[in-house]
Order: sequence, then structure tokens, then C-alpha cells
Amino acid sequence: MFRFLVRRILGAAVILLIISALVFVLFYAAPRDPARIACGKVCTPETLELVKKNLGISDPLPMQYWEWLKGLFVGRDYTSYGHCDAPCLGYSFQSREPVLDTILDRFPTTISLSLGAAVVFLIFGVGTGMLAAVKQGKALDKIASSASLIASSMQIYVVGVFATYLLVDQLHLLDRASYTPFTDNPGKWFSGLLVPWLVLSLIFTANYTRMTRSQMVESLTQDYVRTARAKGLSRRTVFFRFAWRGAMGPIITIFGLDLGVLLGGAIITESTFSLQGLGMLSVKAVGTNDLPILLGVIMVAAAAIIVFNIIVDAVYALIDPRVRLA
Amino acid sequence: MSTPFLSVRDLKVHFSTEDGVVKAVDGLSFDLEKGKTLGIVGESGSGKSVTNMAILGLHDPRNTALDGEILLDGKELVTATEKELEQLRGNKMSMIFQDALASLSPYHTIGAQIGETYRKHTGCSKKEARERAVEMLRRVGIPQPDVRVDDYPHQFSGGMRQRAMIAMALVCDPELLIADEPTTALDVTVQAQIMDLLKDLQQEFGTAIIFITHDLGVIADIADDVLVMYGGRCVERGTKKEVLQTPQHPYTLGLLGSMPSLDGPVDVPLSPIPGSPPSLLNPPSGCRFHPRCAFVDQVAGGRCSSERPALEFVDGRAAACHLTPEQKRELFSDYAAARTH
Amino acid sequence: MSSTTPLLDVSGLTKHFPIKGGFPIKRTVGAVQAVDGLDFQVAAGESLGLVGESGCGKSTTGRLITRLLEPTSGKITYQGQDITHAGRRDLAPIRSEIQMIFQDPYASLNPRQTVGKIISGPMEINDINPEGGREKRVRELLEIVGLNPEHYNRFPHEFSGGQRQRIGVARALALEPKLIVADEPVSALDVSIQAQVVNLLQKVQRELGIAFVFIAHDLAIVRHFSQRVAVMYLGKIVEIADREDLYGNPRHPYTRALLSAVPEATVEEEPRERIRLTGDVPSPINPPSGCRFRTRCWKATEKCASEAPPLVRVEGNRDGHLTACHYPETADTVPAPRLSKDPEAAA
Repeated sequence: MFRFLVRRILGAAVILLIISALVFVLFYAAPRDPARIACGKVCTPETLELVKKNLGISDPLPMQYWEWLKGLFVGRDYTSYGHCDAPCLGYSFQSREPVLDTILDRFPTTISLSLGAAVVFLIFGVGTGMLAAVKQGKALDKIASSASLIASSMQIYVVGVFATYLLVDQLHLLDRASYTPFTDNPGKWFSGLLVPWLVLSLIFTANYTRMTRSQMVESLTQDYVRTARAKGLSRRTVFFRFAWRGAMGPIITIFGLDLGVLLGGAIITESTFSLQGLGMLSVKAVGTNDLPILLGVIMVAAAAIIVFNIIVDAVYALIDPRVRLA
Repeated sequence: MSTPFLSVRDLKVHFSTEDGVVKAVDGLSFDLEKGKTLGIVGESGSGKSVTNMAILGLHDPRNTALDGEILLDGKELVTATEKELEQLRGNKMSMIFQDALASLSPYHTIGAQIGETYRKHTGCSKKEARERAVEMLRRVGIPQPDVRVDDYPHQFSGGMRQRAMIAMALVCDPELLIADEPTTALDVTVQAQIMDLLKDLQQEFGTAIIFITHDLGVIADIADDVLVMYGGRCVERGTKKEVLQTPQHPYTLGLLGSMPSLDGPVDVPLSPIPGSPPSLLNPPSGCRFHPRCAFVDQVAGGRCSSERPALEFVDGRAAACHLTPEQKRELFSDYAAARTH
Repeated sequence: MSSTTPLLDVSGLTKHFPIKGGFPIKRTVGAVQAVDGLDFQVAAGESLGLVGESGCGKSTTGRLITRLLEPTSGKITYQGQDITHAGRRDLAPIRSEIQMIFQDPYASLNPRQTVGKIISGPMEINDINPEGGREKRVRELLEIVGLNPEHYNRFPHEFSGGQRQRIGVARALALEPKLIVADEPVSALDVSIQAQVVNLLQKVQRELGIAFVFIAHDLAIVRHFSQRVAVMYLGKIVEIADREDLYGNPRHPYTRALLSAVPEATVEEEPRERIRLTGDVPSPINPPSGCRFRTRCWKATEKCASEAPPLVRVEGNRDGHLTACHYPETADTVPAPRLSKDPEAAA
């Protein structure tokens, strides 16, 4: 386990380094100059130079990258802002706020949205999938199978808008999507995120139902399931103690990938429900050429995805002893 | 006459599939006494495994129709409820399978899997079950059983896995053990070890064993009586010596002719049975072996293709064939002679 | 053996599969010694049987000969030409002369291709246009292997296991090979079908004069099919001889044990000698020193642990009968003791 963690963290560091370098290069490959925008309408060459210096983008590209990297570990000194403690992600070109603070402010929204939805669709998806597998070929199985097919072909911005209109505006069943920090008011946190969670999971649940069902059906035909029955164990015990474990492996793997999809799709989800998360932040940063924000968001998102995947791998090894962590 | 320990009468196992009804087992009868080994021989699709899954009641009730009688120690199994069968499985009757790696759960330790059976049927504590598992592993010859009990199946070698499987099947001292090709996937030297182990355990516990195999050599080593299956039916039954030395059915004869031996002639071709095993979805009429049989012409009136031969006892031997005993004596000796020249 | 160049000459053939491991950076930390220093020849038209238990390296050997695997060291000479490390281009003409038949008749045929396409595939790849066209040749081949030429346009799933193996044989014959490596060609088949395929292979070997390397675990079938037989154990040949000598006068204790473990479909009045080996085959990652069989051998001494016995003609062997043992068996050796059944004692 220790070796596994060390190796994976080392690997993660390399990946993050490559991602950050790529973003740097790509950003400057774009034709627009952030200093020019920040400088305003009346802009003399002198002011432009000053703005560049203030933004920390007057040095050559490799130097800038080095400065940024150094900032992560030892902090960084800005002429206009003063010292920025490590881990320093710089200051926004636009708001002139520290990037880290901005991200920390937005991060909980996105994480609550994604992980909350994940919990909901895992419970529903795996649950209905299991039920469908028990009732193979019966009505419930057929309904679950076709419903999941329809649901998986829907798009979040359609379902999201429709659900808000129906459940919130017309029927007044649920609250309009909003974010309240969990620490402030758990009840409001929950009710504010319920609609986006339900909408997101409606789409994902379908996949998990289908996957769980087919994995369970396959798992139930395994020789060791037959052996368990030959030992005198009941159908129920066999189902929950043996077949289940076999089915979960592939589902967890897909789940790891889907967490990435959820974070990447946060842009769409957040704009659909007007939530101020990392997705919206990055959309704005792209629009205003705000490199430090963009870099920060990408790094945090990438790190989150990597961490999730390490956890997923560890869970997989826990479920299946044949998978050894190394 | 006392009732035998296991008695199967006119057993029929029919599967309904999209293409029609598969008559996997079609009227099978046999008896087995305690402490004896019955070898069931047959090729893939002969119904030998299906028969034994039916004895344990492990067929899929959604698409399987079971008919006939299975009496285990006087208890009728065909009509038994699922609850009753669960009490018997792993306890009074148990089963070992061919592929021990696939047949043991990869997610649980060997000890947990053995102990689970014991706990289910004795209701003992986890600790007792574990002790019992160690004891069983020692009994089947696993070195360092107190350590290996916590291993997972993938950490065992092929031979050790099959030993563990035997330990699991015997943990509740069953009176009937069904062994479905337990040595087929093993190397010969390991196969010999496992067969010795089964013989020893049988002597010790007086278990009745049904040993399913496609290998007549294995039968010669382990069985007392032999039942030869073809196309879901029994074609021949007798003691091991009778069946192997003087086969009474052309199929048995054909099987023997298909096998090269370690001291037979090498420059003559083998005498295979032509064609392939029948489809049980649409089995041949009359005797199911007739399309592959070399002696069809010897029976007058085309009875082989029109009339199902009964499993008749002649001089204590049972074979389902229309040939007369005299014909068999004559024809089969020619056949055997051609092989040993 | 004849004095002319053998069709296939293998010397010192070795294949070690590296094991990756270590921390924090993975590197090669050891090797699975799958095949370790094999020497053997196959004459034209001859069948050499390779027998041994799982993990002995017989399948790896087959894959090395057909160059599906790259040897670690050693030399493979085909008709006098060194093909050990031959590249794609040098290998091309030889590939058509050395063909392979696989164990699994279900997995080794492409389910989306017709039988005609499968069998003519090798001809297409090698751009061979037989007289009368490829289709005519395929129909001939189907006839040779005992299938109906009319089945040219059928798909593999329409055939039974035995028929599929016949298709595999037809494919191997398509390029008129001189050597066929058959890796467990009948072990997946029913007994009655096994005999059909063995007869077919025997017919092919005799009538077309094709040499075989016949890899199998079934000693009786190997004896029936192969004129010469090599017994492998843990990556090494322990004994090689003409079949009469190997089965009639086995000199290596392992050969003897193996033969005695084969169950025969006969009822003996007097039980024949049985040698029961205990325990399992050791790991090829860390094989025993000296003689690799010594950990399971009832005759092993200090010498066996320190000194690997060479594969030589030991005293009492006929010409061409080689045995790698310090203490070879003789016909009048007292039957080996029936060993304790407790593997703990052996471990």
C-alpha cells in the first residue's frame, strides 16, 4: 500500500507538471495579449510595460513558468501585491485577487455538485441494476432496461431546464438550485443542490443500471457462484456475498472515469443551474485571458481527478484480492 | 431387498431454449451404495454433468423441467423444496468441480470458504469453523494448513486448489460426493495424487462417490461400477471389469478403440467413432448412437433408427443395443482383434 | 539419425521472460526461465513429440521454433539457415514452410471469415497463386482433411469442435509446409473425435512427408504419433529417445514416474508399479540448483543439488537415447518406493 501510494503520487506530480507546461504554452500561443486588455483604452507603451511587469509576464516564457512553479513551493514576491505564500498560484489578471482564494471559494460548489450526484446515481443505478438482475426477464427488468436507454440519451441542459421549470416553478416541490456551504446550513446545502443532483443522476443512473445488471447477470453464471450454491448457501447469500463482488470491479473502474467526466462537465451543469463553481470560473477565465485562474482551475481539477482515481484503484484492490497494489 | 443409498429412476431433464426443447437427460436410472464409486463416462453433451446438477437441484428452475425419481437415503429430491435442498447440499451431498480456480471464489480466503459451509450446516462459531478448516486442509495434505488457511485461491497451485475444493466438499462429512471431472484440468502426476486422496478419504468416511469423467483410464483407476452415457441416455452399465474388458455396446467399444495405449501397436491407425455427438435439440430417432454405429446393418428391419433399445439385463450386464448377445460376441471380437493386430 | 543436415536443429535454446518489479522505479528483477538450454533435432518427415506437465516450457518451445517468440539465447537452424534472430524479410519464405496448429479450435479461427477465406488466408498473405486458383486449392485441402468441399462458404460456428480442428489443419497445409508445430492439437476434443484428428494428422504426416513437432501432455497420444519423444521438466529436456526406447526403457526417474501415473483403461489383475510424485513443480522463477527434478526425486543426493546432469547417452542407452540424470534407472531397478502422500515431508 505504501509503495502504491508513493508510486502513484510521483506519477501524479509528473502528470501535473506536464499539464501545467502545456497550458502555459497553449495560452501564449493564443494571439491576444492579456496585458493589452488590462491596460485599458489609453495605453502607452510605458504603461503596457508596467502592466506586464505587474502581472509578472514581462519575462521570457520559460522564466515565467519557472517563477510560477517556484511559487507553488516557496511562495512568490510581486511588486504590486507583495508576498504570496506557498502554495502560490498567483493573482488573477482580472480581479487582482489571489487565485488560491478564489478557487477555494468555488471548489466546494463543484465538489458538492459532482460527488453528491455521484452518490445519488451510484445508489440508484447499482440498486436498480441489482434488482433487475434478480428479476431477470421479468417486467421490472424490462422496464429498467428500456427506461435506462431513454434516460441515457438525454442532455443535461435540456433535462435541467425542464426539471427546473416543472419541479421548481410549476409544482413548487423543490428549491431552485443554489449553493449554501455545508458548514453554514446543511439543510439548505442539501435542498439547494437536490435538483442538479437528481438531473445529473437521471442521466448517469441509466448507465449504471445497465452496467450493474449485465455484470451481475454475468457474475451469476460464474463457476464459483455455482459452487456456493452447491455448498448449500441460499440464493440471497450467494447474490450478496459472491456475485456482487464480481460485478463491482468493472463498475468501480467506470466510476473512476465518470468522476472525471462529471468534473469536466461541471461547466455545462453549472451554467444550466447558474451555480458559481469552478466550471463557471474557468469559462470566465478563458473569456478574459486570465491565465493564473485558468491554470489554477485546471491544476486543481486534474489533481482531484488523480486523487479520485487513486482512491478507486485502492477500493478495487480491496474488493478483489487478485489485484495487488504496486 | 433393501433400498439403495442413492436411487435414480427414469430421470428426465429437459431444457426449454429459444430453439426448442433440449432433452439433456432422457430416462436415466441407476443405483449407488454407500462406500462405492460409480463412474459415469460420456462425451460433452452426453448429459453426465446435467444429471448430477439435477441430483443437487442446481439446475435453473426457470427453464428446466425435471421428471422421474431421485431417492437419496429414502428422501425424494425431485419434489423437495429449495429449503430442504439447501439443508442437504454441502452437508449430506456435495460436489467438486473440474476447474478449481474458477470454482472457488476469488474474493474470499480458502479458510473462509471452507468454514462457511461448516457454519451454515452446524451453526458453530467463526473460530470453530476456522479450526475445522485448518483440520480439513491438513487432512487433504496441504502443507502448513494453519498459514495457508488465510490464502486466496490464486495463491494456491492447481493441485492444491483441487485439494482445497475437496476439503470444502468434505467438511460436513457428506454421504454422497459428486466429482465432476475433478482431475481433467490437472497434470497426470497431480491427477494421480488427487485420485489417491479421494480413494483414501472414501475408505475413511465410507462416502458414496459419483465420478464423472470422459477418460476411461481414470474410470479404470477409481470406479467400482461404470455407467456409459450417450446422448442423454445410459447405453451400458456394469462393473468396471465387465465394461472395460467385454464392452456390450458399440459406443463403449468405439471409445476404447479411440484411445491409444502405452503398450499397444503404434503403426496402425486408431479406430475412431465417425461423426460427431448428436444435437439434443433434435436427437436421432431410435437408438441415438445409430448414425455413428458400425453395426447398424447387422440389425434387421432398420430397428436401430426406429425403435429405442431398452436397457436390458443379460447375464447381469445391461446394454441398450438391438444386437443379440451372439452377434456381439462375434462382431465385437473381430473389432477388438483388428485393433490389437 | 541420418548424417545429412536435419530439417530443424535447435541448440542451447533459451527463453527467459523478464519480471518487472522493484521500487520506486520498476526494473527487471528476475526472469521466468521458461525454456533453458534445449538441444534437439527434427529430421525431415519425422515427428518429434514434446511431452511434459504444465509449465515445463513445451508450448514456449513451439512458439520459439515458429518464431512467434524471440529467443533469449541459443540457436535455431532451419535447413542449414540460422533463423534465430532472422528479421521479417528473411523469415518470410520460411514462415510458409513452418506452420502451426493450435489447441483451441474455437479461438484460433476468425468467426467472421468463411472457411474458404480462413484457409486461403496464408496463400493471400504470401501471394501464392496455385494452379487452378486459390479456391480450387482450398477445396482440395478440405477434401484432404475430410471435410465437404461444398462447405467453402460456411462460417466456423457452423462446425463442431473436431471439424474446426480439421479446418485448422487445412489452413496449416495450405502453403505445403515442411514442418508443422502442433500445440496440443487434440486436447480440447472429445475422446472419439481426438482419434479422428490423430488419424488425420498421421495420414498427413505420412502421405505428404511433413515433419511435426507434436506438443502434448497425453503420453499415449504422443507415443502413437511421434517417432521420437522428448520429455521436458521445468524448462529442460530430461530425456529424449526413439519412442520404443523412451516408453520401453525409461532411464530418467521423471519419465518413469510420468509413465506410471498415466491411468490406463485396463483392469489389471496385479496392479502395476505406480510412482507417486509428491508436491508440485517448483517455480521456474527460481528453479532448484543442479538437477531441476531433484526436489521431487526419490534418488536425489548432494551431487544432484550441486551439479546439473548433462543430457547424454548414459550407459545402457541405445544410440540416440539421451538422459539427463546422475543416477539413471535401469530395467531391473527395484520399483521406486511408494512415497509418502504428505507433501509437507517433501517440501
